[in-house]
Amino acid sequence: MDQGARGPKRVVVLGATSGMGRALARRMAARGDRLHVLGIGDDELARSVADLEIRAGVRSGSIGWSRCDLEKPETFAGALEEAERKLGGLDVVVVTAAMFAAQADLESDPKLTQRLLTIDFTNTVLFCEEAKRRLLARGGGTLCVFSSVAGERGRKPVALYGAAKAGLTRYLEAMDHKHHAEGLRVVTVKPGFVKTGMTAGLKPPPFAGEPEDVAARVMRAIDRGTPEVYAPVAWGPIMGVIRRLPRFVMRRVGF
Amino acid sequence: MRNGNGSGVSMIEGWGGIGVPGRELRSENLERVTERAVLSRGLGRSYGDSSLPPASVGEVVNTTLADRLLAFDEETGLMRAEAGLSLLALNRIFLPRGWFVPVTPGTQFVTLGGMVASDVHGKEHHVRGCFGEHVTRLKMRVADGRVLWCSDEQHQDLFRATIGGMGLTGHILEVEVRMMRIPTAWILQESRRVDDIDEFIARLKDASHRLPATMGWIDLLTRGKNMGRGTLMAGDFASADVAPKRFPKPLPRVTMPFELPSWTVDRWSVRAFNTAYYWKHLPREMHGIVHWETFFYPLDMIRHWNRMYGARGFTQYQCVLPDSAGPSAPRRLLEILTSRGGASMLCVIKNCGPEGKGILSFPMPGTSIALDIPVRDDTQQLVDALNEFVLREGGRIYLTKDQFTRPEHFRAMEPRLPKFQEIRAKWDPEQRIRSAQSVRLFGDKP
Ligand SMILES: Cc1cc2nc3c(=O)[nH]c(=O)nc-3n(C[C@H](O)[C@H](O)[C@H](O)COP(=O)(O)OP(=O)(O)OC[C@H]3O[C@@H](n4cnc5c(N)ncnc54)[C@H](O)[C@@H]3O)c2cc1C
Repeated sequence: MDQGARGPKRVVVLGATSGMGRALARRMAARGDRLHVLGIGDDELARSVADLEIRAGVRSGSIGWSRCDLEKPETFAGALEEAERKLGGLDVVVVTAAMFAAQADLESDPKLTQRLLTIDFTNTVLFCEEAKRRLLARGGGTLCVFSSVAGERGRKPVALYGAAKAGLTRYLEAMDHKHHAEGLRVVTVKPGFVKTGMTAGLKPPPFAGEPEDVAARVMRAIDRGTPEVYAPVAWGPIMGVIRRLPRFVMRRVGF
Repeated sequence: MRNGNGSGVSMIEGWGGIGVPGRELRSENLERVTERAVLSRGLGRSYGDSSLPPASVGEVVNTTLADRLLAFDEETGLMRAEAGLSLLALNRIFLPRGWFVPVTPGTQFVTLGGMVASDVHGKEHHVRGCFGEHVTRLKMRVADGRVLWCSDEQHQDLFRATIGGMGLTGHILEVEVRMMRIPTAWILQESRRVDDIDEFIARLKDASHRLPATMGWIDLLTRGKNMGRGTLMAGDFASADVAPKRFPKPLPRVTMPFELPSWTVDRWSVRAFNTAYYWKHLPREMHGIVHWETFFYPLDMIRHWNRMYGARGFTQYQCVLPDSAGPSAPRRLLEILTSRGGASMLCVIKNCGPEGKGILSFPMPGTSIALDIPVRDDTQQLVDALNEFVLREGGRIYLTKDQFTRPEHFRAMEPRLPKFQEIRAKWDPEQRIRSAQSVRLFGDKP
């Protein structure tokens, strides 16, 4: 596929109903990309599609949606199939959907732990495998997946969530190497704290980002095929330091 | 949300910067978060305590993540959206397509829900009334937990109490409003220097006969003969044959980076600000094409301009003086302010038309005066004095700006209050939905 920013793209977004996925889909729709939205909750999906259509100034019915549940891997192939058919092809697949839970809640509830690990690692990988196969069959494309800075180092407050995201990041890195020559661009997004519904109960740290700014950066990365994006931008250098901190310092500062 | 004095207690505040301990619940799903909440707020641009929760609750829904557009009809301009959608987003999307909200307040940093709950008015009140006149339907979560639609046809009492009802009748989830077609996004503006307050009143009336949007900006540092000099601005959207062909570029913004020490407010900043503003329009009269943001939202150019007032914050006093009070009423009001040595950075004067459909809606035929007042030890006494005057003259105050009015003054100037309370009692017999302001003014349980 042509990797430049030229021409509208055919994009599937899993997670466009909220947070960063919502902001990214709006930005892409507004510049004329053609979208298909995946997710759960028919009403939520229909409302988000209406929002995207009005913002893009296209007539009602131009943006399609399909049910796709990260808890149900059996929904993946059908949803992507439908998206491909509706769009008449596929250039970009974006995954922003994920689950978050506090470490304390996870530790007291093994079921919840299993759910989180399954959604954020196993099933996300399964979805990416399905998407990757379809993109490769077309000669390439872009797979853009939201991981997290929480996966960069093992940290006490996000031990389980971070572990799932660390696994996901490593998987995406490997895919980038494995399929680069075949025309697949894998973009791993590592958001730091971004003010969305997911983080609504938490106190924003310094450098907390807005979804719109993240969306702008991610769209540029998709256009250019940049393999790794930290967002907001300040997290790049911060994580540069944190990745290099010796273990004893990590322990000392109570991370 | 700012963190008060490093104590780790989170604070919520209105635009005047006076905060209470509390937190905001946020979600993209308004129906879910409003289930048990006692109040909703939008972008917190009401100046006083109307968007703050009662002290015993300390929790309020912030609607700003619920910002989806849900329907738009190109033929009729009918638009429906979630209540947290900002006017800024709406303008960015619709102005390039030739549509504008029929009524806009002086800032774009407001939400649809906030615009309904305050029933905002604009520079064109005498022509187009308040925002509520153009609202066709509201989706609400009411106190007993039900989600329902209200309009002039359905639950009319709830509809009319919600418009201008300061969030006290329930949570607004969705707003349906009729947008207005505009020829271009440029404004044909005329501005002129005016030498004193009396001339202002006369010129306002005159301009409002010719142009829909009129307002004046008054310098309050001059006393005596020249008291109330300032600039009068009037305008309308420019037609395609006089406007530039291109769409206006976004204007640069600057941010007020930190709070200024309080003493600066009384000294150079007020003087500099007013003088700069007055002399900016150096020629006596000017006609020209200007950017819509310059015309409608001059204060939005400086983000966090409220920090200019320092850590003690400020309040805005906005009242309407009815025509029956006579043309000298505005002068007499300003005299109360200046005789008490009150410094106001900003005084905006507008013309108001007929009352709207909102039961507690602010405007009435007359002259509206808005004063920014930095908080000092004597602010309560100053507001009392202003209120006593307004009460005598048969006027009333704007709740969305208020922080210092006493309940007895409020009740005396609001003959409509019993009607409003009756509707509230019907929809919320246990008085669950309430705010810090309704505790202070309406006598709700704290
Ligand atoms: C610079 C500036 C200029 C202004 N100019 C004007 C003007 O020209 N004309 C004018 O009329 N006003 C003006 N205002 C006031 C402003 O328009 C109102 O205060 C407006 O309501 C603020 O909207 P908000 O979204 O910030 O609401 P908030 O301040 O967050 O809330 C205001 C009220 O609305 C209620 N509310 C908000 N959302 C909901 C909801 N979803 N459901 C139920 N209740 C809700 C709150 O409980 C509160 O009582 C101005 C304010 C500023 C800062």
